[in-house]
Amino acid sequence: MAIKLLFFAGLREAVGSAGESLALPAAVATVGELRAHLAARGGKWAEHFAATRNVRAALNQDMVASGAVIKDGDEVAFFPPVTGG
Amino acid sequence: MPVRVQTEDFDLSGEVARLRAAQGERAAQIGAIASFIGTVRDINDGSGVAAMTLEHYPGMTERALEAILTQARSRWDIYDALVIHRVGTLHPQDQIVLVVTLGAHRGEAFAACEFIMDYLKTQAPFWKKEQTPSGERWVDARGSDDAAAAKWGIAPQGGDGSSTQGDE
Repeated sequence: MAIKLLFFAGLREAVGSAGESLALPAAVATVGELRAHLAARGGKWAEHFAATRNVRAALNQDMVASGAVIKDGDEVAFFPPVTGG
Repeated sequence: MPVRVQTEDFDLSGEVARLRAAQGERAAQIGAIASFIGTVRDINDGSGVAAMTLEHYPGMTERALEAILTQARSRWDIYDALVIHRVGTLHPQDQIVLVVTLGAHRGEAFAACEFIMDYLKTQAPFWKKEQTPSGERWVDARGSDDAAAAKWGIAPQGGDGSSTQGDE
């Protein structure tokens, strides 16, 4: 399963990437599992995707909770809490 | 229900005139127009702010704002609503965001306008980075914004909270 990953704002700067295409292992089925998968890369990824960090997620451009199920071709974005307005 | 994300400034009078004209014959039934403009302050969390840069998530931003306006129209009897949000670099006193609601009566127009702003603050994917005397910094989300959204029955960002650990 392949997805498009996007990162925004402080998180984009922290990991030094605006996004990537990613092939997911079969064990990664939800947004929460994807987050843990990214944290397992270690270093800055472990630091900024740690469970204690305040990270939000969107699946196909809708804000979702960690249990949201990912499908092939989905767009998944991670970002800090929003601060517009 | 127009939604615009733009770098350019906006003009309240012109936007209101366009919204009223777009109502056609129903324009004569409008009795209330409520508006809110957010502007850039020169101080935040004790530091001077020389400028700020607004980043957003193109595509999702427009979707989120349209969803917010749809919610507002389903909750209150308003004829139309508008949101304009600026992105890019802004300076103190610049306008950032405009919300306009119009309808027959002020109660609905006021409530819908406040709802749209409270919802936008916690659900629309914009992020502010400030330039202060001690360097650049990303603005932290405020617990008071979640509280304001909660009074309308809007859950905090992230839905079930399982991805929102560490929230202040």
